[in-house]
Amino acid sequence: MVRTPGRRVSRESPLTDVASLAARPAVALERAGISLGGNFVWRDVNLSVTTGEFVAILGPNGAGKSTLLKALLGVLPLTEGRISVFGRPVTRGNDEIGYLPQRRRFDPDLRIRAADLVRLGLDGARWGLPLPSWVGIGARSTDSRVSSVIELVGAQDYAGRAIGELSGGEQQRILIAQALVSGARMLLLDEPLDSLDLSNQQAISSLIQQICRERGVTVLLVAHDVNPLLPFLDRVVYVAGGHVLSGRPEDVINTETLTRLYGAPVEVLSTSDGRIVVVGQQEPVSYHAHQDHHL
Amino acid sequence: MTDQPTWNLLYDLQLLVHFHFMQNALVVGTLVAVLAGAAGYFVVLRGQSFAAHMLSQVGFPGAAAGVLLHVSPVLGLITFCVIAALGIGSFGSRLEAGHRAESAAVGSILAFSLGLGLLFFRLYAGTAQGVYAFLFGTILGISDRDVAVSLVTTLVALAALAVIARPLIFASVDPDVAEARGVQVRALSVGFLLVLALAIAVTVQIVGTLLVFALLVAPGASALQLTARPMPGLALSIAFSLCFTWFGLAIAYFTIYPIGFFITTFAFASYALIRVAKALLTPRPSRRGWTPIRLGDST
Repeated sequence: MVRTPGRRVSRESPLTDVASLAARPAVALERAGISLGGNFVWRDVNLSVTTGEFVAILGPNGAGKSTLLKALLGVLPLTEGRISVFGRPVTRGNDEIGYLPQRRRFDPDLRIRAADLVRLGLDGARWGLPLPSWVGIGARSTDSRVSSVIELVGAQDYAGRAIGELSGGEQQRILIAQALVSGARMLLLDEPLDSLDLSNQQAISSLIQQICRERGVTVLLVAHDVNPLLPFLDRVVYVAGGHVLSGRPEDVINTETLTRLYGAPVEVLSTSDGRIVVVGQQEPVSYHAHQDHHL
Repeated sequence: MTDQPTWNLLYDLQLLVHFHFMQNALVVGTLVAVLAGAAGYFVVLRGQSFAAHMLSQVGFPGAAAGVLLHVSPVLGLITFCVIAALGIGSFGSRLEAGHRAESAAVGSILAFSLGLGLLFFRLYAGTAQGVYAFLFGTILGISDRDVAVSLVTTLVALAALAVIARPLIFASVDPDVAEARGVQVRALSVGFLLVLALAIAVTVQIVGTLLVFALLVAPGASALQLTARPMPGLALSIAFSLCFTWFGLAIAYFTIYPIGFFITTFAFASYALIRVAKALLTPRPSRRGWTPIRLGDST
């Protein structure tokens, strides 16, 4: 039957000092592997992400980028190896992790206020009626946390409107607020820049970097196109051919490294305006500044 | 006492509650309205009208079986609806959303289900009146036993709904994030189908199998047009449902026309009025323009 999501809402603000955590790696994978339907998506993965880093997870479609996020969320169990988040084994419903799944836009007819959606990120797993803030115990602190994250992402002007009415960029800001509201120290964002126009891609990337720097929040962001992120990133994790590589963008996204990773000839080109283009013979991987959505 | 309405409202109300059958109808109608209004909010929010439709049609042979076996038709309804809910739940979300292959199969099953109900009524040598009542609803013939069963059912279903409401809203609007946050999305979905089965079982007594949407979808749809806040939406949905039922019962009592017609008319009229009023009051082109442009939001 229904399991009691008997989790108290953490009383800490999402803006807690994280210096004490800096020593521990935010994410650690040791010889980790996941198999789905008998085939390994990736295996022998060793990966460590330092607290407060802004990391992009790149790679071709179907390489297992989202799978990596789901493993960190505890939604998909590892087949082999070990995985930990902030030094502890992964668990589902971890308040320290804010998650933004890969998605299409919200249904335009979905009638729930953006602010209520953010609030569900804080208390949505608890039983009971969603009583308004003037009833119920502890509602005031819940309220102030919701409004503080909404302000943080700059969404206060449209938080009172139904989520379906908002534009793609506005929806992404609301979803980032929702991911942060439980006091998350880590954000797992699955293609948050997809389906946004170029200026919104840059604005959201810059907002994420700001949250990362000012709040010490560790960010793992799955992206299709690294270019809008390049000015803001600390590190990239590249998933391809069943393996995972990480390092500074220029150390990973180059012809030699990617050719080794793919096990097939791949060429990395730089355009005159500083963008990176990956040309693969077998994989239709390419990075363009104005890329359309690929499934 | 005449049974014609007057301009003396108090006298009219006394007339309404004068006969025992009418007292039963009012009690059950009120219970039905509250439960259907509450469940209906979630039906609309989750986009599960199709599941509601399936459950109500499967309820028809249930009611007939209840009559045939000389137990309460409500008990027959509850049994059939709960079994159907578990069946739908085990098939998962593709069925609820009405996908192609499943919807073809479901269409045949639903037709068979209505046919089966017809056979049960014939076996009982029941009159056309009995069939008619369960297809289109009635205010007559609600027994004291039906009242008791409805009361227990409604209280159980409302209590269950109050407990699961918040995670259910989360799972309805944002299932992926809800799952990552530890909400049991699948279990909640089956749990809600069971609540829905109970709601339909009692609602069919008043509005019948075919008109069940009037109380199960229309109030929620109207409420969600008016507010995107969860609790006010839920409360409005119940309020609409109560209004439709009470006015429907009163007018049906004083006229020769069936209650199903009045409740569906109020339900449709309210929804249509709200949609039209919203369309007229919303200044479409300028709505986006109000959002101030901030630095970093656009170039």
